[in-house]
Amino acid sequence: MNWLNLLPALLRGAEVTAWITVASTIGGAFLSFAAGIGVRSRFRGFRWLAGLYIQIFRGTSLLVQLFWLYFALPIIGISLSPVVAGVLGLSLNIGAYGAEVVRGSLASVDTGQIEAATALNLSPLHTLWRVIMPQALVEMMPPFGNLVIQNLKDSSLVSLISLADLAFQADQLRNQTLETLPILTLTLLLYFAMALVLMVAMRFVERYARRVSGREAAR
Amino acid sequence: MLFGIHWNLASQWSFALSITPILLIGMKVTVEATVFGFLIAMSLGLVFALLRSMPLRAVSWPTAIFVEFVRDTPLLIQLYFLYYVLPNYGISLPALETGVITLGIQYSAYTSEVYRAGLEAVPFGQREAARALNLGSFRTYRDVIIPQAIPRIVPALANYLVSIIKDTPILSAITVLEMLGVGKIIGDRTFRYLIPLTLVGILFLILTVIAAWGVRFVERRMPRGGVALK
Amino acid sequence: MTYLAQFENVTKRFGDTSILHNFNFEVTSGEHVVLMGPSGSGKSTVLRILMTLEGIQDGVVYVEGEPLWHEYRNGVLKPAREAHLRRMRNGIGMLFQHFNLFPNMTVLRNVIEAPMNVQRLSRTEATERADELLERVGMSNKRDAYPLSLSGGQKQRVAIARAMAMRPKLLMFDEPTSALDPEMVGDILEVIKDLAQAYDLTMLIVTHEMGFAREVADRVCFFCDGQILEQGKPETIFTEPTEARTRQFLSRVTGAKKAKVGSEAQS
Ligand SMILES: Nc1ncnc2c1ncn2[C@@H]1O[C@H](COP(=O)(O)OP(=O)(O)OP(=O)(O)O)[C@@H](O)[C@H]1O
Ligand SMILES: [Mg+2]
Repeated sequence: MNWLNLLPALLRGAEVTAWITVASTIGGAFLSFAAGIGVRSRFRGFRWLAGLYIQIFRGTSLLVQLFWLYFALPIIGISLSPVVAGVLGLSLNIGAYGAEVVRGSLASVDTGQIEAATALNLSPLHTLWRVIMPQALVEMMPPFGNLVIQNLKDSSLVSLISLADLAFQADQLRNQTLETLPILTLTLLLYFAMALVLMVAMRFVERYARRVSGREAAR
Repeated sequence: MLFGIHWNLASQWSFALSITPILLIGMKVTVEATVFGFLIAMSLGLVFALLRSMPLRAVSWPTAIFVEFVRDTPLLIQLYFLYYVLPNYGISLPALETGVITLGIQYSAYTSEVYRAGLEAVPFGQREAARALNLGSFRTYRDVIIPQAIPRIVPALANYLVSIIKDTPILSAITVLEMLGVGKIIGDRTFRYLIPLTLVGILFLILTVIAAWGVRFVERRMPRGGVALK
Repeated sequence: MTYLAQFENVTKRFGDTSILHNFNFEVTSGEHVVLMGPSGSGKSTVLRILMTLEGIQDGVVYVEGEPLWHEYRNGVLKPAREAHLRRMRNGIGMLFQHFNLFPNMTVLRNVIEAPMNVQRLSRTEATERADELLERVGMSNKRDAYPLSLSGGQKQRVAIARAMAMRPKLLMFDEPTSALDPEMVGDILEVIKDLAQAYDLTMLIVTHEMGFAREVADRVCFFCDGQILEQGKPETIFTEPTEARTRQFLSRVTGAKKAKVGSEAQS
């Protein structure tokens, strides 16, 4: 069988993988900021909630989380489609790791910046968003880049809750054709290619972040 | 029934209680896979780090590309690759062994980076000082570089132990009966997923908390100045 | 009379170590006070308490007769909440040893950020005010530059304009020149002297620059172990200090200065 004949099905899967990765990265970014800021909150309730979320989703395994969302939740009356369970699981998982990145980067900004903001009587919220966050963003970018690649790789696990992504298509094809070597080689190469695209994209985002933080001259 | 142990469906609690021993059997496999995967990752990572640092480009470049490729592709597909492709070439390994080897290879991509960064972090002045003392390159490494690199390398390596624990459930995709695989089977057979999967989650939490605690212990015990090699 | 700022039996501890103990200190409106003293004696702490960067454990700090770290709730003096601190901070500004400009904002943005967002000035009003101040400190030509591209002396000028833009009654300087290259020190001191003359400002300055203190200070306070050991007019303190510790400190500061100048002359 020609390797080219395998490509259409795999590419269809790759498209699903790309969408799942993008969606869960956006969801994860949102959760990262919410929880990463939450653990530094003045309010104990927020700190506690954010801490619990991070601990649970970093402390257990992604596949356990996906199975739990997909197989266990219906029993208490919440049935999620594979797409919803997959994107939700990936977002929750990557968000917990991202929250640690956000927390660490916020903490790494020189305390003198907060003191100067206080001396100017800027509100805590304004200080966070306009002073601390733009500077912390630079610190976040390299680890975020790693997390996005991690997320792409992790997305392959949604095939195990029957979402038709690249890994799923590869497994299907393997079952049908038994052409294991070409199928799996192509699949690995496709994942690698997507990872390279993400790396290049992250390079641009990083440069942008360096500029807004004042680490790099703007003009 | 699984592994000769029956479950008791009388109530939620009795169900949970009766399947715990079954899950613990699965946990044994989880721990085995973690430990052996980690050992492979540590040794293979060192090999890759050394190959990458070779002055000979014909060796260092392919190694670098291979390591990058392994790092950027999913464990699941690598697992399929070793499990389904190798038998066509006469290499047939049981599922657990395949899983352990795949974990080892995937994580060697990370550990090789740890070795490289750890060795590079030793200030260059230390090498110069060793040369000034006329130490040979073997003794420079054994007595100067490696002892100083160890306090950086060991805690970073140990962190990957925790990550490996969390990746072991992927082995269930090639029929390894580790903890999650066992929990899933119980669910499939009883149509009750909530309790087994929640228990699996809790057991994983316990494992990772203990492992993370161990990592911190190792980190604290590391002498800052370096570890002498006997 | 009421003082602009007053410490009344203030105790400040970090953990178990007591930095200020039953500390009393007053600053009158319009006065220029210089604080000197050995490292670790608590000079910065005094400034930071007034800037609400450090809380106190006992006693009361008054600013314009009103408790800073306390507020009356139902007629009882209670520890202040954020809203009270925000109101009290309004008339107070501070400059830091390391300038602490916001690197993610241009020079102009650094100066207008607080007037626009705290005092709710329009952008035009804030920019007008900023331009005037940047002109005064000699930084107009850098208004669109980012702090990254400025020298230490230039950063401190911008920081001064930024603090002044809030129109503080009390402006505090914590060793404003100690992180600067020696040739920049004089410039910054000139800027501060200019402010002292041009504006109706109360100033509290931690510095070891004695020549500068002589010119600007109405009063020099010599600090030691969280107490004011000796205070008075600069001429008196510098020429005929009564305390041995003061004499010792002053001779060390002048000695260090001379040594520094000498070594520079050589190099
Ligand atoms: N956050 C803190 N935690 C613990 N101790 C502190 C803290 N900040 C200051 N101290 C201690 O309080 C004492 C007074 O500090 P302060 O900074 O006020 O001294 P200073 O007179 O400004 O000295 P310097 O000339 O070195 O700036 C010092 O012994 C210092 O170690
Ligand atoms: Mg100080």
